[in-house]
Amino acid sequence: MDPEAIISIRDLTKRYGQKTAVDRLSLDIRRGEVFGLLGPNGAGKTTTTLMLTGLTEPSGGSARIDGLDCIRDSIRVRRIVGYLPDNVGFYNDLTGRENLRFTAALNGMPEKQVEEEIDRLLLRTGLSGAGDQRVGTYSRGMRQRLGVADVLLKDPKVIIMDEPTLGIDPEGMRQLLSLIRELAKTDGRTILLSSHQLYQVQQVCDRVGMFVEGRLLACGTIGELAKELAADSSVLLEIEVDPSEGDLRSVLREMPEIQSVGREEDRYVISAGRDIGNELLSAAIASGCRIQSMRHLNNDLEEIYRRYFEKAEQEHDKHQNNKRFISRNFERKAAGAEKK
Amino acid sequence: MKEKLPELKKSNRREEIRERNTGLAALYRKEMRDHIRSSRFLLILVLIVITSFASLYGALSNLSSAGSSSEFLFLSLFTTSGSAIPSFVSFIALLGPFVGLVLGFDAINSERSSGTLNRLLSQPIYRDSVINGKFLAGAVLIFIMVYAMGALFGAVGLLIIGIPPSAEEVGRIIVFLFLTAVYICFWLGLSILFSVLCRHAATSALAVIACWLLFTVFISLLAGIIAALIYPTDGGFAGLFNMADNYTLNLYLNRISPYYLYGEAVTTIMNPGVRSVGLVMASQLEGAVAGYLPFSQSLLLIWPQFTGLCAMTLLTFTISYLKFMRQEVRSNG
Repeated sequence: MDPEAIISIRDLTKRYGQKTAVDRLSLDIRRGEVFGLLGPNGAGKTTTTLMLTGLTEPSGGSARIDGLDCIRDSIRVRRIVGYLPDNVGFYNDLTGRENLRFTAALNGMPEKQVEEEIDRLLLRTGLSGAGDQRVGTYSRGMRQRLGVADVLLKDPKVIIMDEPTLGIDPEGMRQLLSLIRELAKTDGRTILLSSHQLYQVQQVCDRVGMFVEGRLLACGTIGELAKELAADSSVLLEIEVDPSEGDLRSVLREMPEIQSVGREEDRYVISAGRDIGNELLSAAIASGCRIQSMRHLNNDLEEIYRRYFEKAEQEHDKHQNNKRFISRNFERKAAGAEKK
Repeated sequence: MKEKLPELKKSNRREEIRERNTGLAALYRKEMRDHIRSSRFLLILVLIVITSFASLYGALSNLSSAGSSSEFLFLSLFTTSGSAIPSFVSFIALLGPFVGLVLGFDAINSERSSGTLNRLLSQPIYRDSVINGKFLAGAVLIFIMVYAMGALFGAVGLLIIGIPPSAEEVGRIIVFLFLTAVYICFWLGLSILFSVLCRHAATSALAVIACWLLFTVFISLLAGIIAALIYPTDGGFAGLFNMADNYTLNLYLNRISPYYLYGEAVTTIMNPGVRSVGLVMASQLEGAVAGYLPFSQSLLLIWPQFTGLCAMTLLTFTISYLKFMRQEVRSNG
């Protein structure tokens, strides 16, 4: 176990009837870190966040936050953990300030300091003008920011955000992300956020975990994940050509390093045993192709994401009758990623 | 170290109680404020005030035309119906359920659908504080409302007839109001139960209204039909033998309904002349001296009805409590 870890999850499992939503998840998150839990819808991200806040009881395993057991000590855990659910809701007929006041009362905060604190938080989240409006009149971005203020009210050590960037416009997103960054770097809070929006996660997270069908496939910084993929597989190139001139396909057929080619209209995705970008370019130009763009896909989070999931699916199909093997394989991979 | 341990435990315990109460108190205050501010509640309150004054008017016109022969004139203000207007008691029996409905039908499911339940439960409060706070706030409001209504009604009645009530009458009215409050709390419990079970507020409101219809109208019809099926009273001589059984079964089936229980209890407590609930044989009445039942005996007579009402209220609340504690909090499925 990592001594610096503030959140440590061991073999956390949750089953809903036959379906396993979270399957033996083990994860350590360090103090002051922004950790992104990445995965498609239904991967078990929300279930994990609910178990961490003690809102749902796990079927097995344990989770600790700052040394407190998330299930048995859930009240004390909730005192140091701020949870921002996806689609956060407020009482529409109360004003933003009244909603915050209610949260403060639930936390048993003394009334005198609450008002100052609320003013400060409304200012920080850019809502000081709207604090006395009814929440029913708020836009989605404002609600989300009120949610952040609501979470910060109890001065949490750990903040868990479930899909915080969902449905917010780009400007609102930028503000939110810089706020998240600031919360971690300036205030020293630990932030766990779950999302399927890769680009935002890439911007703000120190480390990410790939989460599919309840299992953590990989975990590490984005660079580490890319390197790990590169080590056990090929280089991916995407090349786009003008179809009216030249014949790229014959060029591709002649290059022995190419392992496979995928085609999407004029875009070819090529995987090769080594980086053949330059050779490919000169060969293509020599045969008269007009190249519109070419790029490496390996360091792009989206590509990493795609390939992890692809691999997971392949292995799932291949070893459908041998589940034990798959899960062992994944555990090894997850452990390997953590070691790095 | 050893001596300090019990003390430590004690202070831990005290802190735990304080923790438990912080959430409950905050929720209670919020619910209370919401109810009092809500236009729904005001609407039903206005409705009840209007109907009760209509019934007072009816009772007064009837009492003055009949001449004041009754010994318990003040009580008959509550129980006498006018020519076209039902009495205060029957109005409350009919409309009371709606107060419970209005206070409770969207207690849990509106929090769930607006996404506030998740946020609420992620605060450092015990989960049951939510449902306890809601029930407690509703129940306290019901008690305040019922006693305020009773006092208002009595005061206006007193001003008009000018005959002060005796201590016994006051006692009977207090018990009547208590019964009424418990009866309405049953409907509150039922509404909260449906608000836990149903996902949409409209569904739970309809479900409560369906129960209200069943308990006030249909159960007496059903009871009659079932009793007639099992103990047919037509068919000559055999039918005569079945009459007592038929009546008893009919009564027992009716008593499933809190409306009927409440009606029986209120009739007994508000009319000292009522000496028995249920079937009385002519042989049992032989040698009985006609007279009024003392307060304590009336109370004794309605004790089963009273405990029945309390038990039903507790039962609905307990089921909703258990259901709520076991429900998953996931907002979307």
